[in-house]
Amino acid sequence: MTPSTSPQAATDQHQSDAVAVNDASTRELYAKRQQIYPKRAKGKFRLIKWVFMAFALAAYYLLPFIRWDRGPDASNQAVLVDFAHQRFYFFFIELWPQELYFVTGLLIIAALALFLATALFGRVWCGYACPQTVWTDLFIAVERFFEGDRNKRMMRDKAPWSFDKAWRKISKHIVWIFIAMATGGAWILYFHDAFDVVHNFFTGQAALTSYIFFAMLTFTTYTLAGTMREQVCTYMCPWPRIQAAMTDREALNVTYRVDRGEPRGPHKKGESWDDRGDCIDCKQCVAVCPMGIDIRNGSQLECIHCALCIDACDDIMDKVGRPRGLITYETDDNVDRFQRGEKPRYRFIRSRTVFYASVLTVICAIMAYGLMTRTTLELNASRDRNPNYVRLSDGSVRNGYTLKVINKSARYVNLDIHVEGDPAIEMRIIGHEGEGLSLPVEPDRTRNFKVFLALPPEAIDGPSESFTFVVSDPETGETATTRSVLLTGAPR
Amino acid sequence: MADNHDESRERDDHSGVETTGHEWDGIKELDNPLPRWWLWILYASVVWAVVYMVFMPAIPGLPGLGDHTRGITDNSERRNVAEAVAELEASRAGYFEQLQQAGSIDAIESDPDLLGFAMAAGRSAFGDNCATCHGAGAQGFVGYPNLNDDVWLWGGTFEDIQHTLRVGIRSEHRDTRYSQMPAFGRDELLSREEINQVTDYVLTLSGREPETLASAEAGAEIFVNQCSACHMEDGTGDRFQGAPNLTDADWLYGGERAQIINTIWRGPYGVMPSWEGRLDDQTITALAAYVYFLGGGESDAFIEAAQLNQD
Repeated sequence: MTPSTSPQAATDQHQSDAVAVNDASTRELYAKRQQIYPKRAKGKFRLIKWVFMAFALAAYYLLPFIRWDRGPDASNQAVLVDFAHQRFYFFFIELWPQELYFVTGLLIIAALALFLATALFGRVWCGYACPQTVWTDLFIAVERFFEGDRNKRMMRDKAPWSFDKAWRKISKHIVWIFIAMATGGAWILYFHDAFDVVHNFFTGQAALTSYIFFAMLTFTTYTLAGTMREQVCTYMCPWPRIQAAMTDREALNVTYRVDRGEPRGPHKKGESWDDRGDCIDCKQCVAVCPMGIDIRNGSQLECIHCALCIDACDDIMDKVGRPRGLITYETDDNVDRFQRGEKPRYRFIRSRTVFYASVLTVICAIMAYGLMTRTTLELNASRDRNPNYVRLSDGSVRNGYTLKVINKSARYVNLDIHVEGDPAIEMRIIGHEGEGLSLPVEPDRTRNFKVFLALPPEAIDGPSESFTFVVSDPETGETATTRSVLLTGAPR
Repeated sequence: MADNHDESRERDDHSGVETTGHEWDGIKELDNPLPRWWLWILYASVVWAVVYMVFMPAIPGLPGLGDHTRGITDNSERRNVAEAVAELEASRAGYFEQLQQAGSIDAIESDPDLLGFAMAAGRSAFGDNCATCHGAGAQGFVGYPNLNDDVWLWGGTFEDIQHTLRVGIRSEHRDTRYSQMPAFGRDELLSREEINQVTDYVLTLSGREPETLASAEAGAEIFVNQCSACHMEDGTGDRFQGAPNLTDADWLYGGERAQIINTIWRGPYGVMPSWEGRLDDQTITALAAYVYFLGGGESDAFIEAAQLNQD
């Protein structure tokens, strides 16, 4: 539990009366949420977060506008989930619905990368990359712009309504809503041609789903990043629960060096640093924390490891003339070693990380192999089952098949088809009788063909004959095959 | 919540919450406030209900308002369905018109979209009207022809099939396809002995073994006298009379010896209704195309080739 602020502590200029309002040990289950007023942090990690935020937002907003030439019959948008035409485009990759396993592979890769990162560096995802963190960070920056830093915000919130308070609050919410709308607006760019969407959206011609998703994303962005913030991470997100199993005592986490800091207490200029810890209990780490916790209580579910407390603490350490790194990226094991007076030891290669890395490598290799050997021609045959076979007047037996030919290439193909099996089998293609045994398929299309195979009576020597349909593209030589059977109705 | 509590109300000692005053065997009901989220959903639902009643038909049987209130939108699901059906029919009308104008099977076949439409429309009509006798896959049963094969009693061109569909077989239609095979046994036109003999001969027509050669020879004479008028002397049948070819591997009423005897004895009289008037022309056209493409349809080129072979 955080010690309550004492009047003596406030005497030092660095002291803050920040309270870790979201600390699990003091937070009441049925109490109203207490507003957190994160103080502005300055330093190395804050800079990294600004840069990463700029990069992540730029990627999110600009990606849909990048073009990628795929020929005249496919979209030229580099990243596009085209539900209307059932295609997924990602730069050089084009996926059909039946190839959704590539997306599964992508999700597995993302999960394993997350596991590996967590095993090495703790919750870096939560701290830097998670959209909840990025947008909340952005929203807090807007809030700070209009309402000032922590103390000003707190005072103004306590004060009665005034014109000054009102215009600042209203401006903040207007900018928030604008950002939220821009977030929802960018989301829909990924599902239709981005330039068309931008035009159609403002002329009221975009698809209804576009407007619905725009409204949904606007709403969730506004509420999650604007008003819910740390509650999303604390109550809604499953990842804080899962990450406890992914991290361990040898992962680099944002850690308060208990060995250095304790016993903590206020420190006046000129006082001796002997027989006491470096922590002057200034609570700057609490003041900057967007999650409303006290990092000095150790690793906890609420901590997103955003490292802002490191910046805040380093700043104080500089001012009081103690070495930086009282709060730092450190492993639990090393803190124990420091306490025993031993040297730190970093083991990035351990069974957990090796396992994650090797599984990750294997899945990546399988994905790469799958993408490289992906065919542009596919063939499926389904045999008619009602009737199973037809006996013709000359005694021969005929089976009907529906051939589904998938042409994933950007070319118009005219495929040769033949049957590998009993040479007596005769083939007829309904609707294409006059054109020889060839199947025309448009670019990026699936075509069905009705095919009849007949077996003359003298060739019938059992209840069924196995054979293989073979289609081949005479231009590229690419082939696709599928096995099937011809039922004769003859006794076994 | 506890802001504006009534001091006169009793408080529960343990929780400090006001009670409702209701008591059952010493157990008192606490007056906890409703969860806010629940309350707001309730308020929103009430507002929604009012808005709904204003816009949509909602209250039945009010005097002076007909059978129910109409609401501002005057929405009617029955009308919506009727409109949707009309819209669907209008969207199909173009295809049906194309089908009607196409005329020949080649014209249908050369247009993949039209072919796909004809097959879909035909399959649906077939399931509704034809599958009862011919089977869902048009595979037929004993006495009901298999429409997948290449045997056609009354002709297998697109036009023949259309005509058969229109006039039916032995139906009430004025121009119906009609012929009748006598019930040689039942009507005592032939003796049992003679029927056995002619059966033996018929078996030899499709290359099978008769019971005795002598019987088949005797049967040959009977065949010429009694059967050849319709089935032709060589047994290849006659399409103008719907007389089946007896030399092939297909037997509408079964090809076993006993089945052939039975057929000659009772004289089959298969019927198909005339569909003219029951189905519109466009549906009949779609049905004919569907049946044609089941795999047995005879193109004009096929007929010509068959005639050349005969000569």
